[in-house]
Amino acid sequence: MTGTLVTSKVNGDEVQFIADPGETLLDVLRYKLNLMGAKEGCGTGDCGACTVTLNGRIVCSCLVLGVEAEGATIGTIEGMADGNRLHPLQQAFIDHAALQCGICTPGILVAAQKLLERNPDPTEEEIRYWLAGNLCRCTGYDKIVRAVQAAAAQMRA
Amino acid sequence: MALDQPRKFKYVGTRPARPDGIDKVTGRAQYGNDITAPGMLWAKVLRSPHAHARILSIDTSAAEALPGVRAIVTGADFPPIEGDAGMRDVQLNCMATTHVWYEGHAVAAVAATSQAIANKAARLIKVEYEILPHVTDVDAAMAPGAPVVREGQTMENVPAGMSANVTYHSEFGHGDLAAGFARADKIIERNFRTAATHQGYIEPQACLASMTADGRGELWTCTQGHFYFRTACAAILGIEASALRVTASEIGGGFGGKTQVWAEPVALALSKKAGKPVKLTMTRDEVFRGTGPTVTTSITCKIGMTKDGRITAGEATLRYSGGAFHTGTCDMGAMAAFASYDLDAVRTYGWNVLTNRPKEISYRAPGAPQAIYAVESTIDELCQLLNLDPLDVRIKNAAKAGTKSSYGVVFEEMGLLAALKAAKAHPHWNSPVPEGASRGVACGFWFNFGGNTCVSLNIGTDGTVAVSEGNPDIGGSRASISLMAAEELGVPYEKVRTVIADTGTLGYNDNTDGSRVTFAVGLATIRAAQEAKKDMMRRAAAIWGIDAEAVEWVDGAAVPAGPNAGKFPPMTLAEIAAQSFQTGGPIAGHCDFQADGAGVSFGVHIADVAVDQETGKTKVLRYTVFQDAGKAVHPDYVEGQMQGGAVQGIGMALNEEYIYSDKGVILNPGFLDYRIPVASDMPMIETVILEIPNPGHPYGVRGVGETPIVPPLATLTNAISRGIGKRLYELPMSPPRVLKAIKGH
Amino acid sequence: MRYARPETPAEASRLLAAEPGLARVMAGGTDLLVQLKSGLVEPDLIVDIKHLPGAAMITREAGGFRIGAAVPNQALGEDRDLVAAWPGVVEAASLIGSTQVQGRATIAGNLCNASPAGDSVPALVAAGAVARVTGPNGERDVPVQQIPTGPGKTSLARGEFITSILLPARPARAADAYLRFIPRTEMDIAVCSAAVNLELDGKGVVARARVALGAVAATVLEVDVSAALVGTRLDDAALDKLAKAASAAAKPISDKRGTVEFRTHVVGVLARRAARIAYERAAR
Repeated sequence: MTGTLVTSKVNGDEVQFIADPGETLLDVLRYKLNLMGAKEGCGTGDCGACTVTLNGRIVCSCLVLGVEAEGATIGTIEGMADGNRLHPLQQAFIDHAALQCGICTPGILVAAQKLLERNPDPTEEEIRYWLAGNLCRCTGYDKIVRAVQAAAAQMRA
Repeated sequence: MALDQPRKFKYVGTRPARPDGIDKVTGRAQYGNDITAPGMLWAKVLRSPHAHARILSIDTSAAEALPGVRAIVTGADFPPIEGDAGMRDVQLNCMATTHVWYEGHAVAAVAATSQAIANKAARLIKVEYEILPHVTDVDAAMAPGAPVVREGQTMENVPAGMSANVTYHSEFGHGDLAAGFARADKIIERNFRTAATHQGYIEPQACLASMTADGRGELWTCTQGHFYFRTACAAILGIEASALRVTASEIGGGFGGKTQVWAEPVALALSKKAGKPVKLTMTRDEVFRGTGPTVTTSITCKIGMTKDGRITAGEATLRYSGGAFHTGTCDMGAMAAFASYDLDAVRTYGWNVLTNRPKEISYRAPGAPQAIYAVESTIDELCQLLNLDPLDVRIKNAAKAGTKSSYGVVFEEMGLLAALKAAKAHPHWNSPVPEGASRGVACGFWFNFGGNTCVSLNIGTDGTVAVSEGNPDIGGSRASISLMAAEELGVPYEKVRTVIADTGTLGYNDNTDGSRVTFAVGLATIRAAQEAKKDMMRRAAAIWGIDAEAVEWVDGAAVPAGPNAGKFPPMTLAEIAAQSFQTGGPIAGHCDFQADGAGVSFGVHIADVAVDQETGKTKVLRYTVFQDAGKAVHPDYVEGQMQGGAVQGIGMALNEEYIYSDKGVILNPGFLDYRIPVASDMPMIETVILEIPNPGHPYGVRGVGETPIVPPLATLTNAISRGIGKRLYELPMSPPRVLKAIKGH
Repeated sequence: MRYARPETPAEASRLLAAEPGLARVMAGGTDLLVQLKSGLVEPDLIVDIKHLPGAAMITREAGGFRIGAAVPNQALGEDRDLVAAWPGVVEAASLIGSTQVQGRATIAGNLCNASPAGDSVPALVAAGAVARVTGPNGERDVPVQQIPTGPGKTSLARGEFITSILLPARPARAADAYLRFIPRTEMDIAVCSAAVNLELDGKGVVARARVALGAVAATVLEVDVSAALVGTRLDDAALDKLAKAASAAAKPISDKRGTVEFRTHVVGVLARRAARIAYERAAR
């Protein structure tokens, strides 16, 4: 097994790493770039806890090979806040108690941010379907949906 | 400790930001799998492909020869535990020795320099099995002549002549059943079945273990109880508890499922053998195959009712299987089944049965959802048969303070009637049922626990407060503990910081379970704060030169108690703390105790559902949860428990189940086919918090976490059954099952 | 395991043909990585076709749409003309997996994964889509229903792979629809499914109809429904015949996702409902 030198842009910074051919982008982010915010809940694209953006779309980083990231632009939860200034979604999740254990939260935030970029005023149904691939076992989703709605309203204002 | 009058709170009952919020929305929070150590190895567990087999041999030579492999362990590496059958079962569940009892049972583990090498090495271990007959169905396992899962597990109270898989029997209740049934106008007896379900936490079990040559160890793990984990790991490895320090990571959900060890003793054994730190993380597949599902059950329920809706007698037989190991969960079910009702005659019988399934572990109100599902379904059917309003019937029969419960306890102040009346008055119940939809209602109950608790509270010289407690924060408890400390000391919430201390720092704390943390740790925190306050009043008295008894604590400051005590301006906590080095040194409070008086918990749920009559698919249109929370310390997180618990119960009701092949192999060990509710499945979950103070807590707090998973099973059964005009008696009510009922074959 | 990122179809084909071990084509990777994770396959070579010219593009061709093999399904829904012309194909593709999976998964991959339950395949079959296959002997065009030959098996020869799929031009008053049954609202594999593609005449009478069913046989099943639908305005009698024909054609199995009885009944329900949607769209 030979590694490949990969260059990509993560949260605005150019990074380089050696990826084994079978290694997932999630493992690269976590164990080679020390970005532990994306979580592996299933490894099969069913839970969304590893959600990151890849060239402008949200993906499950467990379903992307590290070698595929050559030349790619990647965004993770670690890049969401501007220094100490939280993104409105992050603040809304705290203010609306939209997390209990918090393991799904990074993936949901990255996914919700992309939703609001595409649709600044989503309906409840649109939020629920957009986030259907982000499992949360603690909250029953109610407060997550409300937090996304609140952040959207704030961002529109 | 009774409440004299309704208390006015300054901080308790507010909704401040949780202290771990920023870490958790920025990806900084460190969960079980997020820590690494220098020189760390990666581990992989090899699991049985068979439901039941004798292990004839294990050949690890090919795996050992693989470059990068540093250690391999099997059952032979764990000294057998003598004298504690329960802990021996835990040990055998962590690593099989002579037999495997379920598909997914661990048989060996490898530590290597990379995960890929560890995975490859695990596949190189050759295990020779002699396959034995298996049984996974609870009724089949009870039948005479069933394949025997494990010999010699039967306890004395099991009558002779039953299947060797029946290990335990219990009975609860009071009154004359025959006389009760004789008074009934209508008696029905129904059989129910429920599938095994999984807690479904999103974070798989993960730990980092480090044993050194001097026999000491460090363990970092996602757990609901690091003190129990220390006890269990020490026992399983045969070392002293003090040799091991366990630190709880942030925990990515547990719901009872992380109250038991699986990976931890294995990782420690590998680390001991390799002389290196070892990371062991389960895959999702392993979580489903190897860790705690609920019981699978078969229940018979018989209830008699008069035509005006009085329940005259109730009887239930609960046949529970928690897999290949003895469990007492049937007791919980048998005690909880009829707890909502004030009955003259009630009897419940619990049976535990072994099957070739993974060892059951607690899942939110373990044993209660299934038992109460049967009772609440049967009552609803009686209401239909007698043309009675299901809420009125429940109000008529509801248990209240002074009721002798079906499990013997006489209830104190509690909120079932309040919840039922709130439901009856609520717009949801009073709105017309939408076109094409149907409505269901059901009650739920959980005991709540207190238990072993140890808290230290330290006053900093700058007037801030540090609370050290020993229960992992699974859903916002650091916020509620900080609120109670702030309330008791009269300092702002922001001045308090609550941390989860490791096992080396505090005395034993029971697991984060039994809905105990906000109640018991809160109570211990209040007592520790009271001790610190007492000390601070003593110091203020000394500074003022008056008797300590002449000082009281008002609004965060020591003040003279009445005009006779002298005239001094209030001395704030910060002022006292600043002078502490001159007044006798550090100021702290401590509490170690066994909390009791947890206070029972009841809830009532209402659901509107629409069933697609052509496909049997159910959509939940509207859902409302009513629950007595005692005093809601942080209402956001009380609502969160009610909403999250309800949705887990809805999952149990509609789609979640372990599906087995005829070879006893789990067919759906992943989130693709083990179908937990997704965001688009659910409506908003409306919550109504009732606050009936718990007399066992100075603020009236009672646990809220478990009860909300209980009512949804029957709430949805009652709604769907009314909607399709056919009664359903089995969970989950997956579309094929509902369609079959609709089509009547 | 090795990973290759060829820049021409010829190079990709050469790599695939020359690999002595197991070679796998990767577009979105949403099936392949799940198989890797489970240890189901251990390829010696992965050939990533996302960087071939045109692979990530939807181009207009003879009034139809040529969809590159690496176009993620989310991009299909972003092409308004495509949605207007082939709403059923787009909704079928959009149902696969989560939003995250939509950012990667492709219809060419869905076709080559050859699951009888693949959502986009019945819609592609009903649409008369044609796959362009590149291989050691150059290019050939193949009707999509000829690609899967059984669960996990395709008719593609060694060194061959799909570079694009063509959805043909649409006449006026034509539309398609796709429905699947799943126990939840999202995130499940289809228990059974039906795609219906209708062309109406000027009077609203069905002139042509194609129906394809998913997850009720080893491959997607095209059912000849001309007798039931053509010449009707899709009245209840026609829909009843359609539902019966669909149920009669179904040859499902019982498994963890559904029973024979359930699939047989529900596939008829879905065919009827999808036909009504397609008709309403076409008549608009």
